[in-house]
Amino acid sequence: MQMPEPEARILSRKAEIVARLEAALSPGAVIHAEEEVRVYECDALTAYRCPPLAVILPSSTAEVAAALRILHEERVPVVPRGSGTSLAGGALPTADSVILGVARMNRVLETDYENRFIRVETGRTNLSVTGAVEAEGFFYAPDPSSQLACAIAGNIAMNSGGAHCLKYGVTTNNLLGVTMVTMEGEVLEIGGHALDAPGLDLLGVICGSEGQLGVVTEATLRILAKPEGARPILLGFDENEVAGACVSDIIRAGVLPVAIEFMDRPCIRACEDFAHAGYPDVEALLIVEVEGSEAEIDDQLAKIREIAARHSPREMRESRSAEESAAIWKGRKAAFGAMGQINDYMCLDGTIPVSALPLVLRRIGEMSRDFGLDVANVFHAGDGNMHPLILFDANKPGDLELCEAFGAEILKLCVEVGGCLTGEHGVGVEKRDLMEHQYSAADLEAQLRVKDAFDPRWLLNPAKVFPLHVTAGRRMAA
Amino acid sequence: MKDAPYAAAESALAGEIAAAHEAGEPVEIVGGGTRRALGRPVQAARAVSTASLSGIALHEPGALTLVAGAGTPLAEVEAALAREGQRLAFEPMDHRGLLGSSGEPTLGAVAAMNNSGPRRIQAGAARDAMLGVRLIDGRGEVVSNGGRVMKNVTGYDLVKLMAGSWGTLGLLTEIAFKVLPIPEAEATVMLTGLDDARAVEALSAALGSPYDVTGAAHGEGRTLVRVEGFAAQIAHRGPALARLFSPFGKAEIVSGEASAALWRGVRDVEAFHGREGAVWRVSVKPSEGPRLVSALKAQGAFAALYDWGGGLVWLLTAEEGDAGAALIRAETRARGGHATLVRGSAATRAAVEPFEPAAPGIAALEARLRAAFDPKSILNPGRMRG
Ligand SMILES: Cc1cc2nc3c(=O)[nH]c(=O)nc-3n(C[C@H](O)[C@H](O)[C@H](O)COP(=O)(O)OP(=O)(O)OC[C@H]3O[C@@H](n4cnc5c(N)ncnc54)[C@H](O)[C@@H]3O)c2cc1C
Repeated sequence: MQMPEPEARILSRKAEIVARLEAALSPGAVIHAEEEVRVYECDALTAYRCPPLAVILPSSTAEVAAALRILHEERVPVVPRGSGTSLAGGALPTADSVILGVARMNRVLETDYENRFIRVETGRTNLSVTGAVEAEGFFYAPDPSSQLACAIAGNIAMNSGGAHCLKYGVTTNNLLGVTMVTMEGEVLEIGGHALDAPGLDLLGVICGSEGQLGVVTEATLRILAKPEGARPILLGFDENEVAGACVSDIIRAGVLPVAIEFMDRPCIRACEDFAHAGYPDVEALLIVEVEGSEAEIDDQLAKIREIAARHSPREMRESRSAEESAAIWKGRKAAFGAMGQINDYMCLDGTIPVSALPLVLRRIGEMSRDFGLDVANVFHAGDGNMHPLILFDANKPGDLELCEAFGAEILKLCVEVGGCLTGEHGVGVEKRDLMEHQYSAADLEAQLRVKDAFDPRWLLNPAKVFPLHVTAGRRMAA
Repeated sequence: MKDAPYAAAESALAGEIAAAHEAGEPVEIVGGGTRRALGRPVQAARAVSTASLSGIALHEPGALTLVAGAGTPLAEVEAALAREGQRLAFEPMDHRGLLGSSGEPTLGAVAAMNNSGPRRIQAGAARDAMLGVRLIDGRGEVVSNGGRVMKNVTGYDLVKLMAGSWGTLGLLTEIAFKVLPIPEAEATVMLTGLDDARAVEALSAALGSPYDVTGAAHGEGRTLVRVEGFAAQIAHRGPALARLFSPFGKAEIVSGEASAALWRGVRDVEAFHGREGAVWRVSVKPSEGPRLVSALKAQGAFAALYDWGGGLVWLLTAEEGDAGAALIRAETRARGGHATLVRGSAATRAAVEPFEPAAPGIAALEARLRAAFDPKSILNPGRMRG
């Protein structure tokens, strides 16, 4: 992984820069000792590490603005950070960059049940947003599997999704407004409390911009009333293709499940060994969850059974209680952990049109044989967001590189069949160099011009999202 | 998309825009022309029609996706979807009745104005259903962003930026939409005789319930809440909402076509059709809607309708002077909202800002973005902002 050379002019001014930051921020907000900054050397893409110049942990929007004004003047690159759970290396520093972490900004600023929103500081974790409103019967819908740890800041920057986004949408569909500080230190209020905002949809382009357009310090999020109940059905099939066809039929029939999760045999096996969820011994497994009153759930699950029955399922296991639901979800929720127990793995995130599912699964199987690396598939089937997990051995020389090459081939395949490189994890550094497979030079140029408009000096997270050779001119000019 | 029926037309239009850029000659982008009288009159000698960008390039019912040219008549798209039991869930408004215009609304205009109706509260806006776009920028370059899949975070989301940009950043040539199945049944739970404040309380109670409400409107003495789904679901949720409403009065349940007709009325602001005056569209926090309206009524003559649980307020007022602009903007801003003049004479629309003026920092950012996409300001100049 290539990263820009750190700039000597910044490295040599470390003491002065730290002193200016310390003068502007509250005590304890600036971390610069070598052994302490190492904590921030990577995010969840642990294969790549680099300790930053310094780390700042401001406690208010005003402090963020003060710090950014200094760093803008000093022309120091800034890498915003939430909880550091990015799987794409979005929060990976360079040696001449300052990490700006919002972890200390985690207050709830306002809850309004009558108008169904909550306003929080963005360092707050995803799960604790729901935690703040669930006593009143509400929840915040986007639910990444990392929700215990990941922050709203990172969710907004990556436009994160979750298992339930088939029905409720991803972050961008549940975000009403933000307070954002520009690299120059200007505080902007974008969006608001209403379901639409005046002017250009700046909120829409900020969400998913991977910390490259501004530092988001506060957010107004939609909260929704909890459904009466939810229950899953587990369906087992002898072939991946058949499971894929079943997904398509369920969607077409007008049943809108909140989640349709897919696991293939290698994944089922690993989960079984690890979580003992009691999954059947089948080639492909679907977990389909629906919501409503007890009677509504029964009715919808009956419709799903009827559709599934046409595809000769090997197993149909309908949950009848909270315990049975938990048992069905147990293996799926443990999937990443299970894979981690048996192997090092790389988690991909391409999205494909649902219709291409059988073809793509078959091709991944073939490539797996060619590359000599095993793949387990677990993904959000309803919306075509795949998560192939490529297993490799980090201690074996060359295995990581082989795994990355295999991953790149899978992502190119996703683009080829009409899909995209990343459905919810973001580009970061991980998929940066594949962007030209999805976008033409003119397509990328339009995106770069948007960054020019927000961050003319290219100081915010500059080495991410776009291939370095594409952004070189802009980064050098800054 | 490759092989789209309008691929050649896109190249031809790109050539036209490139020439206009070269000459520094502004153009007005025209779809069906049904909303030409919305926003500032465009200062352009020449109109560019999107009519040639017509046709459905892809409809994959099992993947809930449709890709079509920006000039495709909305009616054609809706008919094709209906044949497969699907629809555009965001329920775009038909402005013809309100504006007294004719012509065929096009898909591109729906996208360019982020046109979203009553179901916005549950299914999202047009921008939420837009999966990808192709556009011609102000230099005549073709740019593609997003795609045709449901989840996509690859690079910046220019799709959202295009939604609601009124053709000022680019001429949309193609849009990919997420579509949804048409539910088996619908019903409207209706209360009558509530004042505005009580009505919005009732709507808030419904939207805070677990019954997945897909419409929440109030006007002309009727308070409406819609549920959609399988017949068995509606049989459960309709009566459950009626019970929830018991503190507000005795609710009536209307179903089938009668219910659908009520929501067409809400969507198209039918109550103001054929009535003289300027029409404003205001967005506020739902609970502020009735307070805004009573503050306005204390200072002038206004009629009001509410959608989106009270958060979308339609105002009718006399078209004298500034057509209420200063008063409406002041009262709206004091409540953190914003207002758009949707119907007014050309003279009124030239004299007042139809779109809400932006705060200085935001205005500067918007201007930089405009310049990035359209450096010579040749696309729909003046339409959205000066
Ligand atoms: C086990 C596991 C499971 C996961 N499951 C899911 C899943 O189901 N769905 C999903 O979508 N993702 C998932 N992820 C990925 C990750 O959790 C998400 O991308 C998450 O949103 C990152 O949040 P964070 O706070 O940790 O952000 P970080 O990792 O700290 O940062 C992520 C990006 O956000 C930027 N950023 C951070 N703070 C700000 C700010 N204040 N302003 C501007 N930019 C900022 C950073 O610069 C970086 O580019 C998973 C990760 C793990 C490790």
